[in-house]
Amino acid sequence: MHGLTSSVDDNYLSDEHRMLRDMVREFADNEIAPVAREFDREGKFPWGNVAKMAELGLFGIPWPEEYDGAGMDVLASALVSEELAKVCPSHAITVGATISLAASPIYYFGNEEQKQRYLTKLARGEVLGAFGLTEPEAGSDAQGTQTRAEEKSDHWVLNGTKIFITNGGVGEIFVATAVTGRRSNGQKEISSFILTKETRDLEEALAVGTGHAVDLEYTPGFTHGKKEDKLGWRASDTTELIFEDAIVPKENMLGERGHGFKNFMQTLDGGRIGMAAHLLGIAEGALEQTLKFTSERRQFNTRICDFQGIRFEIADWLTRIEAGKHLTYHAANLRQAGEPHSKEAAMAKLYCSELANWATVKAVQFHGAYGYTTEYRVERLMRDAKIGEIGEGTSEVQRMVIARHLLGPETTPEKEDA
Amino acid sequence: MRIIVCVKRVPDSESRIAKAKDGLSVDTQGVKFVLNPYDEYAVEEALKLKEAAGDGSVSVITLGGEESKETLRTALAMGVDEAVLLKGQPSVDGLGTAEKLAEAIKGREYDLVLFGKQAIDDDNLQVPAMVAELLGLPCATVVTELQVDGGAVTATREVEGGHEIVEFELPGLIAAQKGLNEPRYPSLKGIMQAKKKPLEEVDAGDAESRLEVVEVMNPPVRAAGQIVGEGADAVPELVRKLRDEAKVI
Ligand SMILES: Cc1cc2nc3c(=O)[nH]c(=O)nc-3n(C[C@H](O)[C@H](O)[C@H](O)COP(=O)(O)OP(=O)(O)OC[C@H]3O[C@@H](n4cnc5c(N)ncnc54)[C@H](O)[C@@H]3O)c2cc1C
Repeated sequence: MHGLTSSVDDNYLSDEHRMLRDMVREFADNEIAPVAREFDREGKFPWGNVAKMAELGLFGIPWPEEYDGAGMDVLASALVSEELAKVCPSHAITVGATISLAASPIYYFGNEEQKQRYLTKLARGEVLGAFGLTEPEAGSDAQGTQTRAEEKSDHWVLNGTKIFITNGGVGEIFVATAVTGRRSNGQKEISSFILTKETRDLEEALAVGTGHAVDLEYTPGFTHGKKEDKLGWRASDTTELIFEDAIVPKENMLGERGHGFKNFMQTLDGGRIGMAAHLLGIAEGALEQTLKFTSERRQFNTRICDFQGIRFEIADWLTRIEAGKHLTYHAANLRQAGEPHSKEAAMAKLYCSELANWATVKAVQFHGAYGYTTEYRVERLMRDAKIGEIGEGTSEVQRMVIARHLLGPETTPEKEDA
Repeated sequence: MRIIVCVKRVPDSESRIAKAKDGLSVDTQGVKFVLNPYDEYAVEEALKLKEAAGDGSVSVITLGGEESKETLRTALAMGVDEAVLLKGQPSVDGLGTAEKLAEAIKGREYDLVLFGKQAIDDDNLQVPAMVAELLGLPCATVVTELQVDGGAVTATREVEGGHEIVEFELPGLIAAQKGLNEPRYPSLKGIMQAKKKPLEEVDAGDAESRLEVVEVMNPPVRAAGQIVGEGADAVPELVRKLRDEAKVI
């Protein structure tokens, strides 16, 4: 059901955006909707559709044509996340993580050679990418990174583990952070590196003709670990990364030494915009399903949607979706224009993650028992929505970011000591 | 091979359609409009024929308002070379619209004119055949398979209970049915180039309507379904209801 239209779209979207949105919507309905339930149930990675999305060029939306991208913008890639997530959030994050977490730091902080070698492959969707920040001891406190990089004559030696990495198993190009030393104030010096390894699903990748590059030199000592079995995003790959004396050539340091923390914060700002759009899509997808169901289902000789108790919630739902669109599209345009946007990105992601969770719980509620079964899409969307309040900074972390814009950094006894 | 495809902007089949206040038309507020799905088959077929021929051009023409440019751009994004907007309103019946389209096509070079077999908004199924008549072209409607070999065309038509195969020499006109092909998604390159491709605007004026709409009605509200029972035990009661209540058997 495509019933949802919004004049907010008319305000922010160009003709190109609209055509892209409609194209992705049609693709998602035709190619993803029929298989999403099965991939979710089996926890299977959708290689076939990844190949189709690569062919459509969805992995290169915001990057310039000189890097084999589509030459569109941040808003365009947000729209892709939104449309894909309406139907299947796992598909959406597979594209989203490659664009805003792996390719984005290479585009913004990489040198020309790195862009030609790695960004182009990601933009074409030739291989998938991932971003390794989280570690067993470094979640919300990303500065707690324990992965170390030891400097040798012409290379770095990395040791450590990254966990919960989206596309960690399936991907071949990675951006990861590691401690490269200590600053004079005793704080960790964190830098980023580009690493490569062979995809875990080589057979599937070869079968669909995407996901494996023959001309990448893999990083010795770098591999994937355990794949997670999850509540939601079950068709997205979440896998551990292991560095065991991984040998990374000097030229694979991404951005300046010691800028790793600053750079990934900026990368996450972009990731949060993509996530906000993704979560908005979940809320919209759930609403579309609910409008359809409640106008067909009758009880007390009345369509469910004619009960005022339902109508009022649906009114709030659409109102929040439109508010979420303003927050998200605004943040996307700020980022595109190179304006400060970390507060706006945090607000958009915070708002839309709570919206998606509220909305999908309502969706299941209004479907009654039907919504509780896997026959209907809403229970999957409800499980998929939860990650929104956790990944790319929890809702608590978003609130910390937003409050810092008003109040400055928190002063705590520990911080004063440091 | 020069191909002209006539297209129309129509409400998305999934849109919720409501009667306008005047009772004579459809309320377009909040309705999403798309390129008529049958026209998508026509556009796809045109692109395939051009690609197979290795040269030539595909143009799209529509009669409509400023908002129809969006529809033309969708076709341009699919790979069409140029678009023509005949500014004016289509008629209620097919003939007025057919006259405007035929007039515009007459002045252009073409080997083949393609249509969707019907527009899903008013479902007239008239315009393709009328344009063919006005231009004196051979015409095959409801086409599910098309072969063009030099100037010779073989078209498979869907007819009641089967198929009919017809042949004609170019120039000619084809109206596409579902199944003719699988329309491509607009490519990103196509989307980015759509605005840079030529879009000619012609003041065509409104088409003459020989019919007047006196009333538009909503379809009857569908009553809720009934579950009679489960398994074989329920069959006698189901048959009784179908015979005595629904009166369909
Ligand atoms: C499916 C999935 C995919 C992921 N993909 C990636 C990826 O691609 N790359 C990557 O690097 N990471 C990824 N992550 C990791 C994710 O970013 C982290 O899980 C997240 O940052 C939170 O860290 P944590 O899980 O260690 O929670 P913790 O930091 O241990 O937090 C636990 C709880 O404490 C709260 N809390 C922590 N600190 C504070 C505070 N100061 N004030 C108030 N409350 C606080 C948190 O909000 C949370 O509610 C992914 C995670 C999942 C589940």
